[in-house]
Amino acid sequence: MAAWFSWWEYEFMRTALWALLLLVPLLSLLGTLVVNNGMSFFSDALGHSALTGVAIGVVLGVSRYHWVMVVFAVVFALLMNRIRHSGTTSVDTVIGVFSAVGVALGLVLLSRKGEFAAYQSLLIGDVLSITRKELWVLGAALAVTVVFWLLFFNGFHAISVSPAVAHSRGFSVVWLDNLFVVLLAVVVMLAIRWVGLLLINAMLILPAAAARNAARSLRSYHALSLVFGLFAGVLGLLLSYYNAVATGPTVILVLAALFFGTFAMRKK
Amino acid sequence: MSGCGLHCLKMEHITVRAGAETLVEDVSLHAHCGEITAVIGRNGAGKSTLFKAILDQLPHEGTVSFSGHDGVPTHRKPRIGYVPQSLNIDSGSPATVLDLAVSLTSRWPAFLPVPRRLREEMRAHFAQFAADGLLDRPVGRLSGGELQRVLLVLAVRPQPDMLVLDEPVSGVDEAGLERFYQLLEQLRKQDMVILLISHDLPFVQRCADRVLLLDKRVLATGTPKEVFASPAFRRAFPLGGES
Repeated sequence: MAAWFSWWEYEFMRTALWALLLLVPLLSLLGTLVVNNGMSFFSDALGHSALTGVAIGVVLGVSRYHWVMVVFAVVFALLMNRIRHSGTTSVDTVIGVFSAVGVALGLVLLSRKGEFAAYQSLLIGDVLSITRKELWVLGAALAVTVVFWLLFFNGFHAISVSPAVAHSRGFSVVWLDNLFVVLLAVVVMLAIRWVGLLLINAMLILPAAAARNAARSLRSYHALSLVFGLFAGVLGLLLSYYNAVATGPTVILVLAALFFGTFAMRKK
Repeated sequence: MSGCGLHCLKMEHITVRAGAETLVEDVSLHAHCGEITAVIGRNGAGKSTLFKAILDQLPHEGTVSFSGHDGVPTHRKPRIGYVPQSLNIDSGSPATVLDLAVSLTSRWPAFLPVPRRLREEMRAHFAQFAADGLLDRPVGRLSGGELQRVLLVLAVRPQPDMLVLDEPVSGVDEAGLERFYQLLEQLRKQDMVILLISHDLPFVQRCADRVLLLDKRVLATGTPKEVFASPAFRRAFPLGGES
């Protein structure tokens, strides 16, 4: 029995548990709208922009380059969003181009002096590396996101189903739409250090995607997304500990299993 | 007639341009409350563009104003109920009709459990239009007719000064069409300006009081009978109704 709780003796495991209990709800909440809006490619490209953001920070010699990454992602997101609504070009092609540039430019800049290896952790991330102080940052991000959801969710949802109806109802369509992508950009950039560029999008969309298979209302959609995310976060952490494998990817695999399970059971 | 605050919609000399191209040119229209005014025209005639200009979603020249029963223009922003042709909702979407109603017509965050009082309010509103049976259905799985009914019922909560319908009966079957007529008749009696775009000429003939035939400019205007008998109408619809 004691073996089951041996992980609790380690400070880093307890911190990681807290980190997941904050990170997962944060990403799950945003993911519900990303999935509903069909924006998973958008958020994927946004994650890729982290490489260029970090690279610009390094080139500029900014010691806290993570903040440069956040600023760059916000600009990147607003630009992609503008093109998304321009209606003039194939949206997924343009997002694909943005995504490619985000990765390529970042790699070119970071590899200039053969230094890329120093930034590889950005690709995979490590939730076990989180510090107590950083938990507060995550907690604040979660609190802000919840407040935004309480204040603006109806507008976000109205725009998602019909921008024209939202406009006729008095919602500021452009403002709210940009607010959402800015929030998304900031949260993705905060989380990417611990989840990694390669997996951040999976952690964002999988809880919502699994919940969507089983949900019958917006309430159950949100509730299931949180429950699935938290379940996968805790189970993934324990499985990774006992099998000595990476935590983030294990959480993603549990989420993927939930997705396929709910997909098989969903009502036709 | 009960006093609706806004009696008449006046559009004067509306012109919409996109670059060098003129999409709508010098369109004027007066629409009155209690009347259904239909805008018809071939594809690409500028119907949707005109509506977007009225809804202030597109930059345009000319003025759109509203006046009260006394004929005096009002500066109050009119309340608009807009019924789109469709929604960006796929069949897998979890949102129910109640969720949609709560998110569009109340301040309560629609992702939280709906308080009983709000639910009852919604049920009562939908019941006025015999649509309360649809409240718990997923929006993405409604038939074309059911969706249009829901959108119309939502557009009139709270009662708008002007109701704008964009192709309300495309993809609606016979039974749905009949229910839609009834609903429109019910709404016509409540004081509001009703504007609609439709391809469905029999539908327009049956429900509209006034018709405006558009092809960038106004080609004909009058009662359905007058417009349908005009040479311009025969040129626009040589097959007598198939656009």
